[in-house]
Amino acid sequence: MNLAEGVQFVSFIILAVMMLGAALGVVLFDKIVYSAFLLGGVFISIAGIYLLQNADFVAAAQVLVYVGAINVLILFAIMLVNKKEEFAPVPRRWIRQGAAAFVSAGLFSLLTIMLLKTNWHVDLSVTPPVSPIQTMGEHFFSDFLLPFELASVLLLMALIGAVVLARRETVMGEETAIIGENPAPALELPERPREPVA
Amino acid sequence: MPLQFFLIIAAALFCIGIYGLVTSRNAVRVLMSIELLLNAVNMNLIAFSNYLDRQAINGQVFSVFVITVAAAEAAVGLAIILSIYRNRDTVDMEQFNLLKW
Repeated sequence: MNLAEGVQFVSFIILAVMMLGAALGVVLFDKIVYSAFLLGGVFISIAGIYLLQNADFVAAAQVLVYVGAINVLILFAIMLVNKKEEFAPVPRRWIRQGAAAFVSAGLFSLLTIMLLKTNWHVDLSVTPPVSPIQTMGEHFFSDFLLPFELASVLLLMALIGAVVLARRETVMGEETAIIGENPAPALELPERPREPVA
Repeated sequence: MPLQFFLIIAAALFCIGIYGLVTSRNAVRVLMSIELLLNAVNMNLIAFSNYLDRQAINGQVFSVFVITVAAAEAAVGLAIILSIYRNRDTVDMEQFNLLKW
C-alpha cells in the first residue's frame, strides 16, 4: 500500500465513521433540531465519499442541493411546526421498535453477506474520463435528454404543488364588514377558519 | 480500496434509514429518514459507476436525477406536513390515521 492509497483509506474510514455516527444521531436523538443539524453532517460526509470516487460534480451538487436546500428546508419546517408536545405513550411500543431493529439488522446482515459473496468483476485497468463533468454533459444532452427535460417539468410541478399545499387561505374583500367596534389588524389578512378533521 | 467497503457502508446507511422511517413519531424525522434512504441509493450508484462503469459514468448521471427527485420530494413532503399540522395541530405519526382502514 503506497502513500496515496493509505491516505485514501484513512480518509474513507474517517468519513464512514462520521457518516454512520451522524445517521444514528439523526434517528435516535430526542430533539428534532439536533437531528436536523446532524443530517447536514451526514450529507457533507457523503459528499466527501463521492470525492474519493472521482465524482467531483456529484459531490458539489450534493453539498449545494442537500446541505444548501433540503437541510435548510427541513430546518424551516421544524421552525414552522415548532410546538412543544409530549407524544402520548403507545402501549407495547417497544415491541414495534424491537421488531424494526431486528428487521433492519437482518436486512443489513443479508446485504453484507450478499455483497461479500458476489464476484463483482472489477476491472481497474480502465481509466476514468479526464473530465467527468464533460462526460456527464454529453450524456445529458444525448442519451438522457428526455429524462433531463422531464426533470425540469417535475421541479416546476413540485414548486407549484408545494405552494398550493402550504398556502394559507385568506378571506379577501370582507374588510368592510368588520369595521365596527373591533376592527381587523391593519397588516393581517383574516384567515379562513377551517373545521378540524375529526 | 475494494468496492465492497462502499457498498457495505451504503447498506448500513439504508438500514439506519429504514429503522428511523418505521420507528420515529415526529413526521419531520420521517422525512429525514427518507432522505437517508435516497442518499444510500446514491452512494451505491456512485460506487458502481466508479468501479464497474469507469469509462461511461452512467451511475453519476442517474445520481443527479435521484438528487433532483429528492429535492422535489422534500419540498412537497414538507408542504404536506405543514398542511396536516395546520389541520390537526400535531406532528405525531400515531395520530395521522386519516386513511387507515
